[in-house]
Amino acid sequence: MLIFLNHLINGISLGSVYAIIALGYTMVYGIAKMLNFAHGDVIMVGAYICFFSVSSFQLPPAVGVLLAVIACTALGIVIERLAYKPLRQATSLAVLITAIGVSYFLQNGAQLLWTSNIKMFPSFFSSEPIALFGGELKITIAAIVTVLACVVIMLGLTWFTGQTKMGKAMRACSEDKGAAQLMGINVNATISMTFAIGSALAAIAGVLFCSVYPTLTPTTGSMPGIKAFTAAVFGGIGSIPGALLGGVLLGIIEIFAGAYISTQMSNAIVFAVLIVVLLVRPTGLLGKQIREKV
Amino acid sequence: MAMLKVDDIHVYYGSIHAVKGVSFEVNEGEIVTLIGANGAGKSTVLNTVSGLLHPRTGSVQFMDQDLKGVAPHKVVERGLAQVPEGRRIFLQMTVEENLEMGAYTQPGSAVAPGTADVYKRFPRLEERRRQVAGTLSGGEQQMLAMGRALMSSPKLLMLDEPSMGLAPILVEQIFDIIKELHAAGTTILLVEQNAQAALSVADRAYVLETGRISLSGTGAELMASDKVQKAYLGG
Repeated sequence: MLIFLNHLINGISLGSVYAIIALGYTMVYGIAKMLNFAHGDVIMVGAYICFFSVSSFQLPPAVGVLLAVIACTALGIVIERLAYKPLRQATSLAVLITAIGVSYFLQNGAQLLWTSNIKMFPSFFSSEPIALFGGELKITIAAIVTVLACVVIMLGLTWFTGQTKMGKAMRACSEDKGAAQLMGINVNATISMTFAIGSALAAIAGVLFCSVYPTLTPTTGSMPGIKAFTAAVFGGIGSIPGALLGGVLLGIIEIFAGAYISTQMSNAIVFAVLIVVLLVRPTGLLGKQIREKV
Repeated sequence: MAMLKVDDIHVYYGSIHAVKGVSFEVNEGEIVTLIGANGAGKSTVLNTVSGLLHPRTGSVQFMDQDLKGVAPHKVVERGLAQVPEGRRIFLQMTVEENLEMGAYTQPGSAVAPGTADVYKRFPRLEERRRQVAGTLSGGEQQMLAMGRALMSSPKLLMLDEPSMGLAPILVEQIFDIIKELHAAGTTILLVEQNAQAALSVADRAYVLETGRISLSGTGAELMASDKVQKAYLGG
């Protein structure tokens, strides 16, 4: 039972990282109606920035995280401005291919700048876990921080999109860009802002992910990126609560599959579950199916 | 003085020449209507005025300022609001949030009094203010679309087919509201397929046919014209 609980906690913690990444996918999809496949690589860039701030420049971890967030926010805005904005009127296939191109660009850029040698990401949290039930149940500080970060981010985003003028404008844009413009909303600025928020979250996710899986390479971001994309689709792409639900479930499934079925098969099982869910509910678990009166 | 002056605009969708040299004016305090069949280019003209489309040649002047190159969200700031065809309210947002979006260009302090004004004009919306807009009936959605546009306190209100898809009794109600708004001092540019209703409220009217203005005059003149009778009023 306690082993089960341990796995559950690990799953929720890993799932929280996926959820934070999935939020970036889902928000960008909701508003720009595009899949930003470079999102995973922004995670990697964030992790590198934090790594160098702390390991090479001896800055405190909090400053490293802050620098990573700032750099990724800027990176997200620049990517959108240079790569995606010129394609606003283009077919979605052109945008998709561009996003894949940006992803390779970031991976290879990172390889050029920082080589493909593995960097060991420093541990920010005490490796001494909190032991409960006489040491039977161990909860790492990293796991607690990850889950907390995810909860805080979710609450923050819910407040932002529900209560602030900018957040409501974002929802308006995601529904109808033309009508939003007629209200006086600057759609380009809103899209830019969405990329900024998504990329800032990616930086945080990068640091959290590398705190658990510390081997940092230029391709570090691609697997969590794809899994988070899966999580976003799983939960219902475009839906913020869906990203949370999808991410956490995916993390739990992955850890349980690895623990009880087969470590090698865990990724395959994760994607198999996605396929089954999409067969049963094509819009994902919380996908929007609002009935409209005409 | 002309509040809105559209001068010989040509608008294309790719290679399709949709509007072929349209000129018209709207003076302060008037209700002007553009009538015409489906596909005549009425909505294209409105969307060009609000900046969603760009004329290849010709100019649009609002309050003596050229709107060339002005982004749609900036056009709203200048006092021009459009109720788009098909209403296009934000279906997943509440009635209240839709109105708030209408006041996007206004300072935050304008939201509460603006909302109160809209509720006074459309009491049904107040009853449903916390409801998601997608659950409203067609007539209520049209009221919301109009209320939302009024939130920016526009100098000129452009309505694109407000009667579309509504039962006759609701059409009557919508046109009563248009008359009320006009009486309260709002200048209105009305695009309609329902020529009968539009001409009965309009000070002046233009008939648009395949991208060109074929006829213009006062509402009463056009109502009496043989051509309009035949083509649009079933007479």
